[in-house]
Amino acid sequence: MSKSVSKELFKNVNPDLYKKDWQWQEGDLTVTRTAQWTAPGCHDACSVLCYTDKDGKVVKLEGDPNSTYNQGRLCMRCLNYKEAINSPERLKWPLKRVGERGENKWERITWDEAYDIICDQVRYIQKEYGPECIIGMQGTGRNIIWQTPYLTYSAFGSPNFALGFLSGDSCYLPRTATTYCLFSDFFIVDCGHMVEDRYDNPEWKRPDVVMVWGNNPIISNGDGFLGHWLIDLMKMGTKLIVVDPQLTWLASRADYWLQLRPGTDCALADAMINVIIEENLYDKKFVEEFTFGFDELAEKVKEYPPEKAAEITWVPKDTIIEAARFFAQANPGAIQWGLAVDTQVSGIPTAHALTALTAICGNIDVPGGNIVVRGAHNTADAYGCGRWNLSEEMLSKELGIDASPMHKDGFASSAQGDAVLEAIESGKPYPVKMLFLQTTNPIACMGAEAPRVYAAMKKVPFNVVVDVFMTPTAVAFADVVLPAAFGMERNSVRCWWWPMKSIVKCSQYEECKSDEQIILDLGKRLNPENFPWETDEEMMTWWIQSGSRFGAKWPEAADFDFDGLKKKVMSFPKWEYRKHEKGLLREDGEPGFNTGTGKLELYSTLFDMWGKDPLPTYTEPPESPVSTPELYKQYPLVLTCGQRSWEFFHSEHRQLPTMREFHPNPKVEIHPDTATQLGIQEGDWVWIENQRGRCKQIATISPTLDPRVVRAEHAWWYPEKPAAEPSLFGVFDSNINNLTTQCVVGDQGYGAPYKNLLCKIYKCTEENSKVTPTEQVTRMGGFGYVKR
Amino acid sequence: MSKDKKTYGILIDYHYCTGCHACEVACKSELDLPHGQFGIKLAEDGPRKKIDGKWELTYIPIPTELCNLCEKRLSEGRLPTCVHHCQSACMDFGPVEELAKKMAGKTKQVLFVPAVNSSRSV
Repeated sequence: MSKSVSKELFKNVNPDLYKKDWQWQEGDLTVTRTAQWTAPGCHDACSVLCYTDKDGKVVKLEGDPNSTYNQGRLCMRCLNYKEAINSPERLKWPLKRVGERGENKWERITWDEAYDIICDQVRYIQKEYGPECIIGMQGTGRNIIWQTPYLTYSAFGSPNFALGFLSGDSCYLPRTATTYCLFSDFFIVDCGHMVEDRYDNPEWKRPDVVMVWGNNPIISNGDGFLGHWLIDLMKMGTKLIVVDPQLTWLASRADYWLQLRPGTDCALADAMINVIIEENLYDKKFVEEFTFGFDELAEKVKEYPPEKAAEITWVPKDTIIEAARFFAQANPGAIQWGLAVDTQVSGIPTAHALTALTAICGNIDVPGGNIVVRGAHNTADAYGCGRWNLSEEMLSKELGIDASPMHKDGFASSAQGDAVLEAIESGKPYPVKMLFLQTTNPIACMGAEAPRVYAAMKKVPFNVVVDVFMTPTAVAFADVVLPAAFGMERNSVRCWWWPMKSIVKCSQYEECKSDEQIILDLGKRLNPENFPWETDEEMMTWWIQSGSRFGAKWPEAADFDFDGLKKKVMSFPKWEYRKHEKGLLREDGEPGFNTGTGKLELYSTLFDMWGKDPLPTYTEPPESPVSTPELYKQYPLVLTCGQRSWEFFHSEHRQLPTMREFHPNPKVEIHPDTATQLGIQEGDWVWIENQRGRCKQIATISPTLDPRVVRAEHAWWYPEKPAAEPSLFGVFDSNINNLTTQCVVGDQGYGAPYKNLLCKIYKCTEENSKVTPTEQVTRMGGFGYVKR
Repeated sequence: MSKDKKTYGILIDYHYCTGCHACEVACKSELDLPHGQFGIKLAEDGPRKKIDGKWELTYIPIPTELCNLCEKRLSEGRLPTCVHHCQSACMDFGPVEELAKKMAGKTKQVLFVPAVNSSRSV
């Protein structure tokens, strides 16, 4: 079966047209084989053929049919690349603010002038207040993973690199921090993408069952996982379990769809472990040889029998039992987990329970299971890149370091967004004097309690925004705006997790520079010792080869430079399964995992040492029908939000006519019974409101939701509306973060309830719509709940 | 393809069409179609609860009258852009006789023969 799928994927590749060189001529056009990541944004970086004309202009992108990564496939956003790069809205040169913040009045300046302004401010703040008063921030998945952290630690000299104002660091970090505590590594689903021959590799096996938990990967493609690989697996016979409050396309094709109440994942996972242990369906050999604390786990999950979990999660008892058996009997099974694991106060215990669930089923690092993965060539890790350039004293000043021992002991490599917000608001433990915001648009996107973030950001004396379009964040707060290059206009590398791919500069647009180049330019001015590279290519070579810094047994460090990668297009280090049996994971070369016990810890000795819960205990969302019944009477719907759209990557792509043709306005989904009760019809503008604020979106009737749940979109702003305040591109009008929380996080400082809140919904009328939310926030001090 | 008289079609395995819109945008970009115009358009059925309690949810992209079966790409030796870029790899292109053979014995398949077949220069 795998052979026929491979054949289908590589159908009719015409070798005269689709070569395996990295570059060639096709008539007047130059064809470059590389990867397109961002801008505009994406979580992946598919292999493309970039066709440029003799003036260096991109004529088209085509999926590279010889790529073992995406086999010629591309999504609608890459296929619309030409419209994006030619958008008249693009930033073209550096700008300096001349009016008040929010007036959208700018003056064109040169790069040298822009760098002078920024460097003068940085040096002044370093001297007068201390480097820690400067915060570097970036958005998710965009081209810069390690770069802004490196700039922050190594040029600004500050320990404060943060993920915008993402409350509870609720994206990936709860999962990575947990797995690093439990077994010192991370797991992903094995879609054969670790080896160049993919599905034809003799060692690879297709998973019997993939359990898709809390994400819709065919749209989101999170964390380097190309969602449509799951379709390849399905064609080969893989079955699905889908855990999601809404019927996704994958759920419609699944053997089991577990429609849980948002934010109850941990109770569901614990109940599945309960069934698997009670019914003796676990992998005794793996448990015996490679795990620690099985008996304690078995005792713990007795607290979550299926009937109790059914009550908590709203998933029927029999469905929980049957799905647990179905997963346990798969050989192998694999969990494809996603963002919804992180966006809850139970983020850590949920990640803990899911790790335990797949581990006891014997899926860890077996072909077609949940393989243990590191960055290809073990490159310098992302958010911590360059921390070695800071003194212990400076590192101890990191904001949010007291959030938990996990933060203090270095299992978190970013300053906690909530703590940064509180520092701006209170000036404690020290004032925040500068934000360097690189490809992040917090008030439009992931900044929870957006009106509060707006009020705080206005208070920071100096802000720099680096982006590709004029965003609401730039208009409201920036003093200097720097224009970033698009994907095909930069030299870079994509490596999350596997393989390593080149990103080759094919084109130049106006005065735009790559984020990498901007960081290098600033770094060389501020602290040349830490930026010893002459060119962006030299800097990328350092990163490509940075695996040698860490001396890990596996995978091997790269011995090629940027030019070498460019010519290889992609690089696959030697892949190994069952690394824990071969002594490839531990620093001492012994078999097992790189933990204190040498085992994968089902009972966490680290959590125990820190005085934290060593086992996965479910916590009810802080606002829910169960935890706040009085509030539930006032706001009688469970609100989940932030599901991904085909057309957009977070707050991006809203200015592109083709994307808006497919998806003109924000949509909130409501069950038909609930809509009827509320007098709401398909297409009505409705207010979504709770005690913190409100926003409006368009009602979409959805029979597949639970009638008690509504689901709203995130990251909406309207580039077509005026930029200057009080309009501010209508950034708060449909902003679901008018309703979310800051500083309400899980026990270890991780996980905020983004996707599990309460709300009410009512139709917009002329009477109740006199003041827009954006006017309310920018001119009237917010909704009255904003903490001053 | 202008040199032969074969009828060409597009075969879709609609069990695997996820409704991702890649074919629609690939086509708009290839033919440089204005806002509101499509050479292939996605149709949706459902989600609707079936008698057995499971959900029906089906997507099928339908070639429109603007589809020219990527005449230019074909003359260069490429596949139609929708087939090339389909994220589920659930689209195929070729003479209808060959595609009909591929359909035999399978389920949830649909074969489209776009209108351009009648006006193609022979």
